[in-house]
Amino acid sequence: MPYIPHTEEEVRQMLDTIGVQSIEDLFDEIPASLRHKKLEGVPTQATEMEVTRLMHERAAKDGTPLCFMGAGAYDHHIPAAVWQITTRGEFYTAYTPYQAEASQGTLQLLYEYQTMMANLNGLDVSNASLYDGASALAEAILMAVRANRKSKSKRILMPSNVHPNYRKTAEAIVSNQGITFEVIEYDQASGCIDPASLPAEPGDFAALIIPQPNFFGGVEDVNVLTDWAHEHKGLVIGVVNPIALAVLSPPGDWGTSGADIACGEGQPLGIPMSSGGPFYGFMCCKQAYVRQMPGRIIGRTVDLEGKPGYTLTLQAREQHIRRSKATSNICTNQGLMITASTIHMALMGAEGLERVALVCHDNTRKLAEKLSAIAGVDMVFNSAYFHEVVIRLSAPLVEVMNALYAQNLLPGFALQDDYPELENCLLVCATEMRTDSDIDTYVERLQSIMENMK
Amino acid sequence: MLIFEQSKQGRTNPSQAPFSRPELTGIPESLQRKKRPLMAETSEMQTVRHYTRLSKKNFAIDTHFYPLGSCTMKYNPRACNSLSMLPGFLARHPFAPDSMSQGYLSCMYELQEMLKDVTGMKEVSLTPAAGAQGEFAGMAMIRAYHDSRNDDQRTEVLVPDAAHGTNPATAVMCGYKVREIPTDDQGDVDLEALKAVVGPQTAGLMLTNPSTLGVFERQIEAIAGVVHEAGGLLYYDGANLNAILGKVRPGDMGFDVIHMNLHKTFSTPHGGGGPGAGPVGVSERLKPFLPVPMVAFDGDSYSWVTEKDNPQTIGRLSGFMGNAGVLLRAYIYARLLGKEGMVRVSEYSTLNANYMLALSKQKGFDLAFPDRRATHEFIITLKRQAKDLGVNTMDFAKRLLDYGFHAPTTYFPLLVPECLLVEPTETEDKDTLDAFMDVMEKIEQEARDDPEYVKGAPYTQPVRRLDDVRAARELDLIWKSE
Repeated sequence: MPYIPHTEEEVRQMLDTIGVQSIEDLFDEIPASLRHKKLEGVPTQATEMEVTRLMHERAAKDGTPLCFMGAGAYDHHIPAAVWQITTRGEFYTAYTPYQAEASQGTLQLLYEYQTMMANLNGLDVSNASLYDGASALAEAILMAVRANRKSKSKRILMPSNVHPNYRKTAEAIVSNQGITFEVIEYDQASGCIDPASLPAEPGDFAALIIPQPNFFGGVEDVNVLTDWAHEHKGLVIGVVNPIALAVLSPPGDWGTSGADIACGEGQPLGIPMSSGGPFYGFMCCKQAYVRQMPGRIIGRTVDLEGKPGYTLTLQAREQHIRRSKATSNICTNQGLMITASTIHMALMGAEGLERVALVCHDNTRKLAEKLSAIAGVDMVFNSAYFHEVVIRLSAPLVEVMNALYAQNLLPGFALQDDYPELENCLLVCATEMRTDSDIDTYVERLQSIMENMK
Repeated sequence: MLIFEQSKQGRTNPSQAPFSRPELTGIPESLQRKKRPLMAETSEMQTVRHYTRLSKKNFAIDTHFYPLGSCTMKYNPRACNSLSMLPGFLARHPFAPDSMSQGYLSCMYELQEMLKDVTGMKEVSLTPAAGAQGEFAGMAMIRAYHDSRNDDQRTEVLVPDAAHGTNPATAVMCGYKVREIPTDDQGDVDLEALKAVVGPQTAGLMLTNPSTLGVFERQIEAIAGVVHEAGGLLYYDGANLNAILGKVRPGDMGFDVIHMNLHKTFSTPHGGGGPGAGPVGVSERLKPFLPVPMVAFDGDSYSWVTEKDNPQTIGRLSGFMGNAGVLLRAYIYARLLGKEGMVRVSEYSTLNANYMLALSKQKGFDLAFPDRRATHEFIITLKRQAKDLGVNTMDFAKRLLDYGFHAPTTYFPLLVPECLLVEPTETEDKDTLDAFMDVMEKIEQEARDDPEYVKGAPYTQPVRRLDDVRAARELDLIWKSE
């Protein structure tokens, strides 16, 4: 039997030991009226050979297009060693390290992860991950409402240039707890939050969310925004791209006293795009708020001989201890993704991440310059940007995109569904993976399509 | 030794990043990073060696018997990993158009259909990222349902005292008050106590069946009747679906909404604590509220279902599609097993658990529910040993590690003192189960002969027993150079 080792002889011995005639007898406590007869919606069993063929066919259908799409998931290089080690059975098939002595591998790795992530964000502590960037933002909002001692407000200031799906996720997760959002509109010229547009008397609020870079790729004036929020007794939650942090000021350095909580999507650090998951959400904060942080946290301690070791700590925050009074209902983290990401960061080092960030920035600059030189293509915002920019086409966007799809190229993310004012606008990205010739391919194809549409 | 302690300033891996170092353009100095973050500065070989060595300090299903109750630590077929990591799947951008996603979407649609069939629910959304997020989605749907009927007096959620901690925590996240329901001495819900508290303020009941006590809730039809009659809805925690796959379906038991833990029942890897996947299934009346995205099929092609198609949805729970690659692994597992294999999962996991329960009786261990059938797991209580010998459940658990067995779940459920929740799963052979029970007997003998020795366990692991109190009191969460 597939994956079941029992021989007929063993089954008979086991039934004898139990004292029943058949396996069926073991289900005699289930009311007969409820017993299900037959699965009809599940196909018949298949061999590994058959399923291998099927999956190769399915994967081939989706292909490997030339990707200029970012919008929260980025096509970066991943060293070969990352997933070869990550999928070792010792990491792949272990569970949450409840028995710390038999899980020192995972635990030490998570401690190293926390160290790297806290340093990257310039903050004191990191947890051992949440589901993804969007749900991490939702958890950061809940955390800020708990942690802000100067304000009892449940009002969150949410800029409209935060990733639209992050905003939707945050609303779905926190709105049942009486938390409300007030939208801060981005500036039409820069695509960024204009500090001058912030109210002098904002009223009581729990936290201001600051995206860096924002959804349009723009670099926000995080120092002024952070100080403004702190002056008005709000906490600051940074939503950041970890590759950008190799070259941009980390949340802990923002303004006079730094952001209070930072979170974001960990995917750019060693995780394939893979249809949007599994990814992981990272979260860091100032030491003062560590007891309000959700999710698993690993601490270093000693064993009874004084030897250093690692263990789950601050479990008094968590659902399996606190039940209805827990900081969150979260149970798992994204352990395997952290394994990959930690190995990735270790292999890249600060120098490697910096070069990746710089080349992404430079490639996107080249792409933007060349695209906007095409007749009928313009840059939309005038702000500084990291590795994404918004362009506007003078032609119907959907038709252009379909033409590029047909040439196996992902031209970017169409903004008009989420931002009606950005009609025919495309968010484009060129990571370090795109060569000059890739960029030229995009430019030539777009130019030719635009010309044919005239 | 930590990776940072092996670092030397200036050591890099030049082949892993572009050689060029272009300038930042247009970004003001005040918004640029001033100081490099602390990362490792190790060679590729040092890094590979360090993490390979760390991996060897783990117990895992691939290396050890791992009978962790309520976690379903069964064999994760390797094909599920390699086939879900084919280039076409890994390279797929989450916002790729439907026309370039038919391969992936077809797998997801078929998985939705299969899960509907095995659970008896009317519609399934795959998007919740883990069991706890599935629970959240489920309770948020219950709330959305009551809200849509302007039924705003339902403020309470009922949860049996044996439930996972996630259940009450989830109910609170959805804005509900939690009321606990006691369990009777046979492990069933106390029906009279339930009847006494159910009423117009009841939004719903969260139930795990089979329960965390390792028994099937026999009065489920009566419980469903009581809750439904009061206008409440029934939530099914699918933690123990492995025990009943193909035998009985939550939809037929009367549940309105369920979540499944694909990292348990559908054998996706636990990965050292995730990622999981927690799809939700619903009855007819909750369909409009399912979280998005989902996948539709019009007989010709597959497409995403979003907020536009389902305006009453509770919304999105993650940036894209939850743990998409985990769902792919579950799909592959389901295709390998087929309908024939699904039923065998519950049959042989139940056989293994009842066999271990019988051996436990033979060897004189006390059982929490000696007169009940085990489901796919059962509970040993070591209360007597703790009292008579001074050796408690944690000591047994740590000593098991020395004999090369991961410990069962300890001290959960909270209802049973000094308990071990043992779940062998269907993929273990008889010899392994025999060996485990022999070791349990041996440890009990050791506890009689030399209790202090057992209390000092483990002796063979990379570290001896760790000081958890110190870990929480003197917080050391990140490494700092001296």
